[in-house]
Amino acid sequence: MTAHIVSAFDEDLGKLRNLIAQMGGLAEDQFGKAIEALSTSDRVKAEHIIAADDKIDALEKEVEENAIKLIAMRQPMAGDLRAIMVAIRISSDLERIGDLAKNIAKRTLAVNEPLPRSVNAGMNRMADLALEQLADVLDAYASLDTQKASDVWHNDSRIDSLYNSVFRELLTYMMEDARTIGMCTHLLFGAKNIERIGDHTTNIAENIHYLVTGATIDGPRPKEDSTSLTPIESRTKK
Amino acid sequence: MDAAVMEADTRHKTIMTPAEPLIMQQGTPKIVTEDVTVHYGDKQAIFPLDISIPDRAVSAFIGPSGCGKSTFLRCINRMNDTIPICRVGGRITIDGSDIYDPDLDVVQLRARVGMVFQKPNPFPKSIMENVAYGPRIHGLARSRTDLEEIVVNSLKRAGLFEEVKDRLDAPGTSLSGGQQQRLCIARAIAVNPEVILMDEPCSALDPIATARIEELISELRENYCIVIVTHSMQQAARVSQLTAFFHLGTLVEVGDTEAIFTNPQERRTQDYIMGRFG
Repeated sequence: MTAHIVSAFDEDLGKLRNLIAQMGGLAEDQFGKAIEALSTSDRVKAEHIIAADDKIDALEKEVEENAIKLIAMRQPMAGDLRAIMVAIRISSDLERIGDLAKNIAKRTLAVNEPLPRSVNAGMNRMADLALEQLADVLDAYASLDTQKASDVWHNDSRIDSLYNSVFRELLTYMMEDARTIGMCTHLLFGAKNIERIGDHTTNIAENIHYLVTGATIDGPRPKEDSTSLTPIESRTKK
Repeated sequence: MDAAVMEADTRHKTIMTPAEPLIMQQGTPKIVTEDVTVHYGDKQAIFPLDISIPDRAVSAFIGPSGCGKSTFLRCINRMNDTIPICRVGGRITIDGSDIYDPDLDVVQLRARVGMVFQKPNPFPKSIMENVAYGPRIHGLARSRTDLEEIVVNSLKRAGLFEEVKDRLDAPGTSLSGGQQQRLCIARAIAVNPEVILMDEPCSALDPIATARIEELISELRENYCIVIVTHSMQQAARVSQLTAFFHLGTLVEVGDTEAIFTNPQERRTQDYIMGRFG
């Protein structure tokens, strides 16, 4: 796209994009470390993550202030207007991802014992996929790549499938041994947080599509999280 | 207190937005006015006006038609002197010196304080002569080569040189509207002004020519004090660092452009900016 005749406008839009890139980098970092902390029961790491969440919150505020200023001062039209709207929405998704990562770190402090091996493996696989999605969607934003964004949007169902199996596994543990209920409940929340992070990356993908094409992605997103729909078989039922 | 007196007091009190505008804290102001009033015969057009205009910045005067912004602008280079029934009161200083001092050379003042008008008004001369005229009569060039250098530099700084370098002898009036306006800006710059006054410089231009002039204004402000009167508040938002809102001859509110356009304090300013009254 050709540059604006008034070059300061391009500088202002560039600043907004840089803020999003910064937020994205921080969110990736926070999430990656939160999963490590949970996997290895690293309380110190968890405390650091909880404290660092303020930085992401501050950046979201900065994005919002800059966006409002841009709208007032530049009267943006068409693609420029969409770019500013999308920056506000994406910063909100990234801020939520930061909060979810912080929440995962908090679970580390609550659980305070090593995770069962296969649950640990399952949650790590979920997290790897979600981290990959986050990285891909941030790349897609930087390069305005609608194909990459669309791939993230479609592939999120893989995280949902993994969540289904982690969920069932945790239920099994709890049904077999009531002493694990405390830990497993926290891990349920943790797994749910990872699944929610995946959902937020698909929001970002939708926004990238809107930014580039001016249209919303067609049709409902493929979802495979059946945990809220599958009836639970109670062991006491004979 | 008497209601009429109270009303008069609040009418004349200028609001600063924010309370200590950032733009006014950057260095010594270039232009300072104290209790400036303007009358056309018996009709008062400007009520006692105090404002400090910063150097190396763009200050925009906005307000509805007839609010006095152009009248006030013309006080700064004493163009109002040419109107017989016009009377200016109060004090206006540039760099601390009173420009209405009877000993002051008005012609010199108008070289220091250049002006660009709404309708581009090149002289009926060649492009070269348009720009050379001012430096020549002010004796700013020692030789023909000197003069040509001044012309070329001014045309370059006004962003016009590339488009006209092969036809400097062509008439100024053969240029497009946007080019003519840039020629007028080159003409104003050629005499080394310190202040450039612009009275609705883009009103007669299309959006692209307007954008080019706005980009030029952004570049020029690094070296000059620029004051622009505009009836487009969107333009004021785009180009200026300080915005002053005029209404019925009073300076209602003045401050950082960003603050005025995102959070003005005076209801009248807010109504005008939001397009809720004309």
